[in-house]
Amino acid sequence: MERTVLPPHPGLIGSEAIAPEFIQEDKLKKFRPGFSAAWLVAPSAIWLVLFLVLPLIFIVVISFWNYSLSGMVPGFTLEHYVEYFTSSIYSRTLLTTLRYTFTTMVFCLLLAYPIAYFLALVVKTYKWQMSLFLVCMVPFWTSYLIRAIAWVPMLGRRGLLNNIMIDFGIIEKPATFLLFSEFALTMALMQLYVVLCIGPMFFSLAKIDKAIIEAARDMGASSLQIFRQIILPLSLPGVAIGMIFIFVMIMGEFATAVVVGGGKFSVVGTLINQYAATANYPRAAVNAIFLMIGMMIGVVFIMKLVDIRKQL
Amino acid sequence: MARSRWTAERKRNAWVRTIYGCYYGLFVIFIFGPMIAMFILSFNARKGGLFFPMRGFSLHWWYQLIKPSAVGDMQGAMLRSIILALIVMVITALFSTMLAMAFRKKFFGSGVLFYTIMTGIMVPGILLSLGLSQLLRVVGLSPAWWFSGLGVHVIWTLPFGFLVMMAVFNRFDASLEEAARDMGADEWTVFKEVTLPLITPGVVAAGLFGFTLSYDEFARTTLLAGAYNTLPLDISAAMSVRIRPTLFALGTASTVFSLSMIGLFLIVYTFLYRRTH
Repeated sequence: MERTVLPPHPGLIGSEAIAPEFIQEDKLKKFRPGFSAAWLVAPSAIWLVLFLVLPLIFIVVISFWNYSLSGMVPGFTLEHYVEYFTSSIYSRTLLTTLRYTFTTMVFCLLLAYPIAYFLALVVKTYKWQMSLFLVCMVPFWTSYLIRAIAWVPMLGRRGLLNNIMIDFGIIEKPATFLLFSEFALTMALMQLYVVLCIGPMFFSLAKIDKAIIEAARDMGASSLQIFRQIILPLSLPGVAIGMIFIFVMIMGEFATAVVVGGGKFSVVGTLINQYAATANYPRAAVNAIFLMIGMMIGVVFIMKLVDIRKQL
Repeated sequence: MARSRWTAERKRNAWVRTIYGCYYGLFVIFIFGPMIAMFILSFNARKGGLFFPMRGFSLHWWYQLIKPSAVGDMQGAMLRSIILALIVMVITALFSTMLAMAFRKKFFGSGVLFYTIMTGIMVPGILLSLGLSQLLRVVGLSPAWWFSGLGVHVIWTLPFGFLVMMAVFNRFDASLEEAARDMGADEWTVFKEVTLPLITPGVVAAGLFGFTLSYDEFARTTLLAGAYNTLPLDISAAMSVRIRPTLFALGTASTVFSLSMIGLFLIVYTFLYRRTH
């Protein structure tokens, strides 16, 4: 708690209006208002240790254990790590995952930025801003499994998209690449996660002081200049948070890959799930660890990216 | 002259607004379109399948959903999901309020705790599922939806509730509490009479996050639900066998339930907000 420093006493009595320090310290300790932080924090801290910290540590532990068909045996072996690096399947899967995560993230940003801009700077009244924003947020509160299933009637061989394209004469035969492909996966993931980046971008755009934009316009700046030199740099923190949200969520995603990807190609999430299903937990754990490392590198990279831009 | 410039600018602004409005409309179609198509297709005729055009209108697939034998234990799964979501809601609201109150002051380890809470959003669900299920096996406990399932659900919902409560306390006027203290109220009285009435809308919002996120949670529960499935697990099991319009009906029912929870929340929230302001 910060101590308030009074200005030097201007009166006749002298400048020693503040009590001697030892008394103040004592007082602050005694009269610290509110409940004790330890009691408020304790239940959540215990919960976090039991259900978050220990499981994560345990993943690292079992990645060193021996695996046999009868189950896991405690021990210490680097076998699974060696295999991770010698077999190309794992690194290739990780790279595939990184690639489509990156593509989806970029598309999400391009799609969502104008929406956030519209909500924050074009819509004028607070009531409308909030209502239109909430409409965008509704899908976040519905089951993403069901939203993934909903893509089947859209993209299937006899799906809506194929029907429309045939009706308009764009293609003659129904395209088969629509469902169970990386295209389908990217589309579905975009629709599932785009709402996550609207929030942070909307809030950082809405925080921009309108007077700055007015001033720039009065001084003769064009709309493009205003956007590039004022709005875009000021909204970058929101963009970065949105990027981190989407990156982290899609990297660890596996259900959508099963539904829309049809199990045709594997991502790290499905790989972990497969190994867990066949009780090969050490191998699942090694994949999980490298997934986490990939995610951390990505997040650090995004944060650096924005910091560098801020400097310019 | 000045007037013509003014009208030109107004015209331009109107154009800009129209273009953005259209884009927003298309965006809303994109994020809601597939779900609406699914709702419509759930009323497809018995002969009709997963795709357009509709072969007629019927309640066949809805009947299949309600019929007890058809889809295993869907009703039971739904009931378990709702009960679990309610417990998660209460714990999330309680924990995030307590945490946010502690975070009003700096305390030892607050930085570490903050990042640990936030890790709950970051960690992929399948990882948590894997780690905890193995830990339980070694310790000799068996997973169950009301125990290990509940544990990881709270890890997922707590950060959201916590952020909501942090935002609430950021705008909180502490001088009201000071005044009550100066008049001789003890900490419990201050909390009950001053703090709680003011933060109730926030607590309800934190609870809503807890409920809806838990109700739809899938990846975290995969290896941790034990013998009895939650609804998303049942959906995933049914889906891996074959996608049938029954699933569309179930999806519609589940979404309508989620949306009505949000609607109910909005009503409660407005009521509480009006009372406190």
